[in-house]
Amino acid sequence: MANTFELIASTGAPSASVASLSFSSIPATFTDLVLILSIRSTSTNNYGSILFNGSSSGYTRRILYGNGSSAFSTSPTGYESLSINPSDSTASTFASYQMYIPNYAGSIYKSFSVDAVGENNGTTAQAIFHAGVWSNSAAITSLTITSGVGNIAQYSTAYLYGVNKNA
Amino acid sequence: MPNPTRIEINCETGVESIIELTDAEVAELETAALIAEQERQALELKAENDAAAKAALLERLGITADEAKLLLA
Repeated sequence: MANTFELIASTGAPSASVASLSFSSIPATFTDLVLILSIRSTSTNNYGSILFNGSSSGYTRRILYGNGSSAFSTSPTGYESLSINPSDSTASTFASYQMYIPNYAGSIYKSFSVDAVGENNGTTAQAIFHAGVWSNSAAITSLTITSGVGNIAQYSTAYLYGVNKNA
Repeated sequence: MPNPTRIEINCETGVESIIELTDAEVAELETAALIAEQERQALELKAENDAAAKAALLERLGITADEAKLLLA
């Protein structure tokens, strides 16, 4: 039987920009988590953060990056795994972002992958894949999403799904 | 001026809360912003350096980007 996805919770910024969006008390009853965002920043910075359990340390990542004019890979040292549409991209456009976190409730280090693309009616827009690990064996019980600089813009949305693996 | 707010949803209860940031949280965000800005600048610098290196190589070889693509096809 195929895997099934169940919406755990959704949130967003329907009435004004906010400093962060967070999911707390995530139940440990699923095998994997999927976080899906439609997101824009109030600043011109196109990076933000997704913190596991509020932690800003222990993240190691490799990024594949392309923007239409150049492509490369890099291993940044920070924890900014969120790709976000900056405020100078086309008005009312939002980045599409998906993070997959397998075995989030297990007692081993947590791997994650990200598939994200910005939206912009211009010469360049970034597309990014991340492969990463959070070197912490705690179960993930919360996710906090912040814009790297500025706030998360109004009308951004966040959906958290749990994955059930059916035998 | 009040601090910015954050939105938190409790996945067990479904209750969504709008919470004003504490001064300590505002300071943490400012630190995170600084780190994010450094990362953005590093990525942009790498993209610019890669593009410049590519252009310089093409010039040394005396071929265009399209001709280079033909060679690699």
